[in-house]
Amino acid sequence: MSGHSSYEPKTAIERWLDTRLPIIRFSADLLDFPTPRNLNYWYTFGGILTFCLAVQIVTGIVLAMHYDPSGAGAFNSVEQHIMRDVNYGWLIRGIHANGASMFFLAVYLHILRGIYYGSFKAPREVLWLLGCVIYVLMMATAFMGYVLPWGQMSFWGAKVITNLLGAFPIVGNAITALLWGGFSVDSPTLNRFFSLHYLLPFVIAAVVGLHIWALHVPGNNNPTGVNVKSKADTVAFHPYYTVKDGFAVSVFMILFAVFVFFLPDALSKVDNAVPANPLVTPAHIVPEWYLLPFYAILRAIPDKLMGVLALGGALAMLFILPWLDTSKVRSMRYRPTARIYFFIWIVAALALGWCGSQEPDGQVIQGLHGPTFIDYDINSVTWLSRIAALYYFAYFLLITPLLAFFETPRPVPDSLYTPVLSHPAATPAGAVAAPETKG
Amino acid sequence: MADSLVQTASEHGPEDPGRRDFINILATTATVGAVVAVAWPLIDQMNPAADTLALSSLEYDISKVALGQEVTISWRKQPVFIRHRTPKEIAAAVADDHAPMKDPATDASRTKPGHEQWLIVLASCTHLGCIPSFGQGEYGGWLCPCHGSVYDTSARIRKGPAPKNLYLLPYTFLTDTKVKLG
Repeated sequence: MSGHSSYEPKTAIERWLDTRLPIIRFSADLLDFPTPRNLNYWYTFGGILTFCLAVQIVTGIVLAMHYDPSGAGAFNSVEQHIMRDVNYGWLIRGIHANGASMFFLAVYLHILRGIYYGSFKAPREVLWLLGCVIYVLMMATAFMGYVLPWGQMSFWGAKVITNLLGAFPIVGNAITALLWGGFSVDSPTLNRFFSLHYLLPFVIAAVVGLHIWALHVPGNNNPTGVNVKSKADTVAFHPYYTVKDGFAVSVFMILFAVFVFFLPDALSKVDNAVPANPLVTPAHIVPEWYLLPFYAILRAIPDKLMGVLALGGALAMLFILPWLDTSKVRSMRYRPTARIYFFIWIVAALALGWCGSQEPDGQVIQGLHGPTFIDYDINSVTWLSRIAALYYFAYFLLITPLLAFFETPRPVPDSLYTPVLSHPAATPAGAVAAPETKG
Repeated sequence: MADSLVQTASEHGPEDPGRRDFINILATTATVGAVVAVAWPLIDQMNPAADTLALSSLEYDISKVALGQEVTISWRKQPVFIRHRTPKEIAAAVADDHAPMKDPATDASRTKPGHEQWLIVLASCTHLGCIPSFGQGEYGGWLCPCHGSVYDTSARIRKGPAPKNLYLLPYTFLTDTKVKLG
């Protein structure tokens, strides 16, 4: 992909094909792709995510064979037909439903890896933007998939999220009517969500193709953030990283299996075992765990339009990150101050997630009453979300750009294997230092 | 451009930028027009279908709603509150007519003359569409369980993220006990 090709067609058929459709050359180059030799396990999430997408598409196609996308039949086709009557339906649906959570767990770690090691910086901005697009598509797909079982949480989740778009002046109501296909969320809404839920994963797969293409132009970043300088800095993707990724996928599958077989309903809400009822709102509406931080940001702001804009803004921060962080040093290994603020940002995002799962006027410290300020007690979940949301935005808009100017980074190594050589474990007594032979 | 048009039009030579531009503009316009013409049905099909729109009116016998009671019924697939208000609730709503509000409205403007005890509003919170529950919140009216919007006994927004009062809908009293929604 980046001009390098060591493929030599060996047989007459391969030579014939190579001048017509060089698909073997293409695959061989992918496997042979020079990859930095120092990638750690945080770099295996790309492979894990590919695995997740494949699992969701395969199980999803199977589930669509048994699912009835109508308001009258959807709930029973999932809870009765698929879960009880279809052969192994419980297993396939268990994998698909928990697979969504596994997918998001992996994507969050993948994104955090990208931020920590500065993988979004030049020349990888387009690679990063494509990743952000995939993340947004994943959220849309997951949301529409959550609506399909047509339980109470499905219905009211759909209602709340589609109403978000009604916040926009002038065009808002036209957009919601277009999404609903009626006066409210109803059978036509479910039908079109099913259609789009089936479509979007293939769009994601296409953008993943572009993401990998954009990765193969500059090549991988690595934990030092230092550019690859020669072939000695790299190893072939196969077998080195196919094996490493394969091992990571195997470990990931253990966690996946724990959820599928032992905690199949741990991440779902009991309210979704009640059929959708347009006349009764569940007492406590919460989205799936992976959307909770955004939900908390939405609720933190006492104005509908501003809340929706803040929610969108929280996502937009990821898109503009490459132009907010102008520090020349990529990896936070050599940016001790940036690293501290980054870890606080992770804590703020986790706090937002916790807030999103609680009632808006719930108490953070039980039993303590503080003064009320802007509608809420200072010791309320809403105020904790407000503080955490403020930090979330400040991290991107204030702290990151300022650190690029004021932080003094630690010295960056000359090459990506210098830190390995200088590590005490790298040269045991009597050993000859020859890192290029160590795989 | 205008000059070249005049010159080349008289020459009838093989190079005629004026005519070429004209054909380009014509072809582009026709293509854009065709794309819009094809796109519009593909977008408009998502709007409510004729059979969905046909579910327009509904008659409801309100004699079964006792004083102080409320029913939630479905009109055009949307939840609707029909609340039989007590004199105390009406008095509280009228007393607050001129209190500072996000979406100011008098209690009289939200009911029909002579039927002030009947408050009929869409039951969807104007924030994100959840159904508020009555008897909670500090204004004696509704509290939305989703994001904590508080409505008073006239279903006017008093606190929280919702931008508007609960929406009114078109209805008429056919008799004292029968109301037609829509």
